[in-house]
Amino acid sequence: MTTAEATLPRETTSPRVGRLRSFFGNPWGKPRFLSVWTWLYIIWTIAPVVIAVQFSFNSGRSRSTFQGFSTQWYQAIWDQASENFDDTLLPALLQSLKLALLTMPIATALGVGLAIGLARWRGRGASAANFLMLFPLVTPEIVMGVSMFLIFSNLYHFRLGTTAQLLGHVTFSLSYVVIVTRGRLFAIGRDYEEAAMDLGASPADALRRVLLPLLAPAILSSFFIVFAISIDDFVISQFLCAQGCTTIPIKIYSAARNAGNPSLNALATIMMMLSLLSITVALLILRRFNRRHGTGRSAVEDLAHFEI
Amino acid sequence: MPAPAGGIVGQRRWYYPALAAPGIVWLLLLFIMPFYAIAAVAFGGRDQIFALPIPAWNPLEWQYDTFSATAREIVTSGGLQAQFIRTLVYVAVSVAICLVVGYPVAYYIARYGGRLKILLLTLMIAPFWMSYLMRMLAWVNLLAVKPEDPGLFNRLLLFTQVVHDPINWSSGSVSHLTVILGLVYGYIPFFILPLYAALDRIDKSQLEASRDMGASPASTFWRVTLPLSKQGILAGAVIITLPMFGDYYTPNLMTASPENTMMGNAIDLALQGGQGQQPKGAALTLLLSAFIGALMIYYLVSVSRAAKEAQR
Repeated sequence: MTTAEATLPRETTSPRVGRLRSFFGNPWGKPRFLSVWTWLYIIWTIAPVVIAVQFSFNSGRSRSTFQGFSTQWYQAIWDQASENFDDTLLPALLQSLKLALLTMPIATALGVGLAIGLARWRGRGASAANFLMLFPLVTPEIVMGVSMFLIFSNLYHFRLGTTAQLLGHVTFSLSYVVIVTRGRLFAIGRDYEEAAMDLGASPADALRRVLLPLLAPAILSSFFIVFAISIDDFVISQFLCAQGCTTIPIKIYSAARNAGNPSLNALATIMMMLSLLSITVALLILRRFNRRHGTGRSAVEDLAHFEI
Repeated sequence: MPAPAGGIVGQRRWYYPALAAPGIVWLLLLFIMPFYAIAAVAFGGRDQIFALPIPAWNPLEWQYDTFSATAREIVTSGGLQAQFIRTLVYVAVSVAICLVVGYPVAYYIARYGGRLKILLLTLMIAPFWMSYLMRMLAWVNLLAVKPEDPGLFNRLLLFTQVVHDPINWSSGSVSHLTVILGLVYGYIPFFILPLYAALDRIDKSQLEASRDMGASPASTFWRVTLPLSKQGILAGAVIITLPMFGDYYTPNLMTASPENTMMGNAIDLALQGGQGQQPKGAALTLLLSAFIGALMIYYLVSVSRAAKEAQR
């Protein structure tokens, strides 16, 4: 209180202080310093990636001197006739796609079942299972990677490779599906199902004919979210890879410092486009759904309020 | 158990657990069991001839020599101790920078986003959905130093006359800064998001009340906004601290120098370096998990304390 009184007369004395005061004085005005800071931050986070994308189109070999536009580094991924053709790039792209596409249906099916089961099942087991489901979200990936690596090589006697990677990807994406689906389940509420059951539907019928259609947007968007997190994953893919299962992130990891040329940037750009595209689709689906049943917030805001 | 309204009670009782069962079994077999495998390998023995790990699945057969030797190596001097201390310093400095850089951003978007809020949020969230490796690659491109090529960032510094000779980012004391830059760049979006959510939740009438009562904007910030966002800061710090402690790819990509390795590198090295090292790698992973677990518990206790205080 005293500070407010003390600064009040000064406001009239110096115009500079007055201007400063009007920056901070009005609690609902936009302080310019914060605005500049925020935009600088955003440029800092986005610009390096944009530059990396730009150099995937470089006509020269350099990753720091732009010599003109060309798509030769994209051709170097799949065109065997290209002079810079690198036969390790396309297999990495295909391995990433294969894993993501296989992870999608498995993780979504398991996760949706788990979410519905946990939301509707009242019992002591439910809270334990709920707790179990949250754990993968807070476990550092290296711990998950090490643990699966050790059990595959010591107990399940499972050869490391694509199958092991698939099992790993499903395990860490499962919880995301549960979170997305559960959010929608709470928004829908139990009324529709109970009405169906009062009218004589069995739980299975209520699920199939009432709940699943209502959940469709959440299921569909989980599909795309799983795709994006699977294609971006590095640690678990690397720990569960022996030979011939190099994914794009593994390829970037091993080649970035030494053998890197713009074709690596091209590969990374393709990966980034794929995951951004699938997330955009997921957001659009959630937004459509929100318009009908939603909280009044946009899907982006919902995502920002994503809570574990 | 009281009968739920409607439906056939007997049928309902098993129906929902059955839906959840495949997911639960999956997590038990591929999340809980593997976790147990870390302990079994860490506390197991080793084949003398082939140096293969012999996991001890029965807790009664556990032996603790590898584990205690590894733990001792961290506490007393040696390479592991240096790596552990370096990890602590890197993480602490990175979290501090994330707070200083990220708080104004989260604050601005939550309070003054206005019509641009959705755009700002989208731009803020975008890095989430770019692969971490892609984002590191971007910096490797900018900083990579080869004799013939100083890198784009150096050229900017030379051009603006900030430096007169190109800086080698991967060696000497600068390399620590390079790794910290990588860590901050990689994890700051994950810090800002929960912080934004906490700031956005603050009821504006509380700020108005504080101003009406005569508090200056600064003291409103220090005495109302900041305490109300404390949980968001803590949540953000925990969310980025957990993966940072297990990070090994950021130092390897940013500098690839043994001067910059973290705990994750020690684990990675032990496990990729042949089967004989598995027990040591497992012991390190257990120690790391225990450390992280302690942090997590501290966080959960503070959350529940804050919730209790809010109820009062």
